[in-house]
This record gives sequence, structure tokens and C-alpha cells, in this order.
Amino acid sequence: MKAVIQVRLKNGVLDPQGKAIESALENLGFSGLENVRQGKLIEVDIDQVDPKDVRQTAEAMAKSLLANPVIETYNIEICEE
Amino acid sequence: MNAALLVFPGSNCDRDARVALTRACGHPPRDIWHTECSIPNDIDFILVPGGFTHGDYLRPGAMAARAPVTRALVAHAARGTAILGICNGFQILTECGLLPGALIRNTGIKFVARDVHLKVERTDTMFTRAYRESAIIRMPVAHMDGNYFADNRTLSKLNDDGRIAFRYTSDPHAADWVTSAILANPNGSIDDIAGIYNEQMNVLGLMPHPERACERITGSTDGAHLFTSLIEHLS
Repeated sequence: MKAVIQVRLKNGVLDPQGKAIESALENLGFSGLENVRQGKLIEVDIDQVDPKDVRQTAEAMAKSLLANPVIETYNIEICEE
Repeated sequence: MNAALLVFPGSNCDRDARVALTRACGHPPRDIWHTECSIPNDIDFILVPGGFTHGDYLRPGAMAARAPVTRALVAHAARGTAILGICNGFQILTECGLLPGALIRNTGIKFVARDVHLKVERTDTMFTRAYRESAIIRMPVAHMDGNYFADNRTLSKLNDDGRIAFRYTSDPHAADWVTSAILANPNGSIDDIAGIYNEQMNVLGLMPHPERACERITGSTDGAHLFTSLIEHLS
């Protein structure tokens, strides 16, 4: 089963990369843009059948390594396919 | 002083640190590879050098902070061993929780490699006792992610407890002090913070490179006093 972990910068944490993307988009002619923020998406296939177990494992991975709670938040999606 | 130098894949300031430590102590430090599970008990100073450990993947210092040797480092810190993290070493110390806050991308989104000026915030610590009071010193920075960030509560606690070690400041001898003031902070760090202590004051992390400012030929010898301070304290 696949777990998808999205990692985002917390509100209030400066995101200079997001700002650079925003100005690049504006240079391309996109207008009315605000608050471009860049995050990370991590996919992992986990050899477990119960979605609850998969979520628990993904949660533990996010807590111990994938996200830094000082600056980031995370969100987990489980894909059953 | 019995110094140890932690070496991870991608450490690249370990050589400069080894030269600085050998010169300061009269004998070379013990190198400890990242896969080691323990750091000998007779070690009284541990240096975590700069570099790009594990390619800065995920976040700078994130992988190194979870290495076996880092668990041993955390245990040593709890026993009061002096620990210094420089640049990527500072990032590793925040990632493993020995120091609060985080180091995020420079506000200018560019790698910054140049000399900076620092105000030594206090001279009564084991790392700074050889500096003059309120000294302004010069040493180089070389980093992409040196922008110190902490939430307001952490920040006021750091300030209240006197745990700011160094702050970026302008060049006191600059002809154009306006430009110098604008350029003082190279990375957007909150409150111009360049280095901080832990609560017990035995762990110091800083972005600038004292090990690269120990010989006149490199342009400054201001970094050498940091090692002299430790030697004075530990002997």
C-alpha cells in the first residue's frame, strides 16, 4: 500500500524559494498571485495490508525524520490500489 | 584537551578543523566515523564540522542527526562534554534537538561565501572566555541554509537566558557604514543570530567558520580564541 506524505512549511516561516517561484510566474505573465509556498511530497510503498497500520507507520516516519516540527507540518494520504 | 572530530559522508570542513585543533592542542583530534555507536569517555570536546552531510538531502543535517554517532553525541552532551557545531554541524545540532530552532534557506536564496563581523555577546562561557568583552570579530561564512529561525517563545527564552553566542554586526572599520549595516546579516537570521548555546551552556552551534580564521594567511585569526577558550577551560 502506498503512503503519500506532504510536508509543508508552517505559516509564518519564510519561504524564499516560494517567493522566487512567485516572481518567475509573474514574469511569465501570470497575474494576481499571492502566497506561493513550496513543499515536499514523499511517496513510499509499505508492505502492510491494513490502511490503519500503513497510516501509523507513515505517521511514525513523518515524526522521526520526514518533517521538522520546528518549521514544518505534514499531512498523510493512503492510496489503496 | 582531548578532542574528537565527527566525520559524516559529505563532511568537508573536517580537514580545516583538524588543522586548527592540532595547532591549538598540540596533538591531532580523534576522528570518529558516523557509523560508530560510541564516543570514548576520555573525550572532553567534540567538534561537529561543516560540509554537506548526505548531500543535504531532505533538510541540511537531517540524516546526520539520525546517525548512530549522533546518539552517542547526545549522550555526551547530557554529561556536560563541550560540543561545538560549525555550519552544517550547527544544522545537525538543531536537527538532533541539542539546540532549539532551525536553519532555513538564506533569504537571498543564494549561497553566501564571504567574511562577516560578529559581536561576541558574552565572554563568560567556556567557548568565549579568551575574547575581549563585547569584542567584534571577523570570520568567514559559507552556506546556503544559515537563516536561523525560532518561534517567538523560543526566541525570548534564548534572549532571557543569555543563550545568544554571536550576532552578525556591521564592520566597525567600514568607510561606508550604511552599506556595511545592510550587508551585516548575510542570511536573514532572526535577530541577527549567528550562534546559540544550549540551556546548560556546554553546546554551541554557529554558522560562521572559526576553524577557517586561525591563521593570519587566511585573513583573520579571530576564530583561534574560541579554541584557546576551550583549552583554558578544560585544563
